[in-house]
Amino acid sequence: MKLLKELQKDIRFNEGLNACINCGVCTAICPAAQFSEYDPRMIVNIVQGGGEEEIEKLLKSDTIWYCGECLSCKTRCPRGNTPGYIIQALRALSIDTGMFIESTQGQKQLAIKRTVGDHILKYGYCVYIDEVDTDMYPEQGPVWDWLKKNRVDILERLGTKYKKEESGTLRQTSEESLRDLQNIFDETGATKRFETIEEYSRLKALEKGIAFSSEKDDYFWEVYNKK
Amino acid sequence: MEAIIKNNVWESYQKEIAEDHYYFARSCIRQNFFPPAEDLYLKILRDDLKKDIFDDSRQTTCTGIAYHSGIIPFETIMTVVARQFSLMNDAGYENFVVSCVTSFGIYTEILETWKHHPEKEIETREALMRATGKTFKVPKNLVHASDLIYKFRNEIAAKVKYRLVSKETGKPLNVVDHIGCHYAKIFPKEGIGGAEFPYVLAGLIDEWGGAQVDYPERRHCCGFGFRQYLLKSNRGYSVSNSKLKFDSMQPYHPDLIIANCPGCTFFLDRWQYVISEMEGKTYGQNGYGIPVLTYEELAGLLLGYNPWNIGLQLHQVAVEPLLNKLGIEYNPDDKYKGLNGKELGRPEIPSCLKCG
Repeated sequence: MKLLKELQKDIRFNEGLNACINCGVCTAICPAAQFSEYDPRMIVNIVQGGGEEEIEKLLKSDTIWYCGECLSCKTRCPRGNTPGYIIQALRALSIDTGMFIESTQGQKQLAIKRTVGDHILKYGYCVYIDEVDTDMYPEQGPVWDWLKKNRVDILERLGTKYKKEESGTLRQTSEESLRDLQNIFDETGATKRFETIEEYSRLKALEKGIAFSSEKDDYFWEVYNKK
Repeated sequence: MEAIIKNNVWESYQKEIAEDHYYFARSCIRQNFFPPAEDLYLKILRDDLKKDIFDDSRQTTCTGIAYHSGIIPFETIMTVVARQFSLMNDAGYENFVVSCVTSFGIYTEILETWKHHPEKEIETREALMRATGKTFKVPKNLVHASDLIYKFRNEIAAKVKYRLVSKETGKPLNVVDHIGCHYAKIFPKEGIGGAEFPYVLAGLIDEWGGAQVDYPERRHCCGFGFRQYLLKSNRGYSVSNSKLKFDSMQPYHPDLIIANCPGCTFFLDRWQYVISEMEGKTYGQNGYGIPVLTYEELAGLLLGYNPWNIGLQLHQVAVEPLLNKLGIEYNPDDKYKGLNGKELGRPEIPSCLKCG
């Protein structure tokens, strides 16, 4: 497989890469570059160079997973490049080829699939109150513990439609809508991507000797918590 | 003179905002972390501004958080968005209002993509038909929810009971505006004021009597980072970016932060709690934090809504210092009650951050 050719099939790669002059404005404005081992100028330089070996190294690296997708780079690039779009294409190819499993950061995609990804198909939204607690999200603070403990009463006072089958906040998404989402996922590649993440993660868990089944198993906690 | 010219740059970035009849798309984060905010928004639109806005039970997420975290293909999110457009068509609306800034960026990006790559729209239509049997027309007008509050800021100003002025000193309160990155950094022409001088919230501050706070890191990201926040092990990225902003704004003594993005509102609230626990540092006065409100929460307060009926007790940073400055009367004993005054206990008190 020619990796550059695969990247060039992705519209976000083509929209993201015009002609980089290596000025480094993207890195200067980038919040991820400020706090992580991440340099968008270098990444754009590598993909613009087109070397297969270098691109493969990127796809197996941690660095492509540090971008925060704020897309500040899009506003500032004087040549209309968008490193954040190039990152999207690199991440997609890294998963599709299974190379994501070679990096610690890539391995963590399983935790995202099993939270946000699975929530979409279960609740119709990326986040749902029942799945959020202060063990996983301690920054939610004591006010969240109070809300969770008293959620039926509080959400009723505040006029939400928690778990009700009608329009409104935190309602129960209908079976029909959830079925539509599942069908769209099956039709457009999301289900396949989920299966790829699960399968490569299973093999990695086997290799590491960590228990792997589904939902919040030992491997989930390993990738969710490990730095 | 040069500074005046620069500050007026926003005036060249305007956009069309429909006058009435909107289809409302809800936010994943707002529903959970500030549950009454969207219903307050709908109330203000319907009851105070007499507008028609439709809240559809069939809508879903746009999948934007998953997309920006790398687990959802572009083809999937385009098709989910197409389904939302189809629901809008079914309901008889043409004007689409997006509650979430991430979603607003997504919808904008997809419409732009279809404009420049019509084959992608055709592929999406085919995928939607195969998956759901639905067809769609794109909206005539697409805006973010904060755009409507901006558009009707004068009408709201005419109805308010309080202004952004200190009751004690009569001086304008210092208000930080924080604009979600995906509101205008991706497509500056789609945001009021563009990316460099966004005016969508600053316009509310000006119109409602407050003073804008201009500080060095005003345009810096809150640090959501999508996958960076979702993973506990990567969350240091998120709090570090917010801390950069707090440290930068503190010398200007803000009385309030307002944000138009669900994630930003949440992070700017909760990371103040975390920093207080980790470092013993607080950013407000006398051990309090700086209250963080959404645009409709601020509008609701000024219009005279009871702060405990619009969910301000669910912020981790206490809003009482702001209520006191504005001269808003409130019953502290009502803060943590359920329906009909039911006693629900109280949240634990943080070890450092003052609450209530």
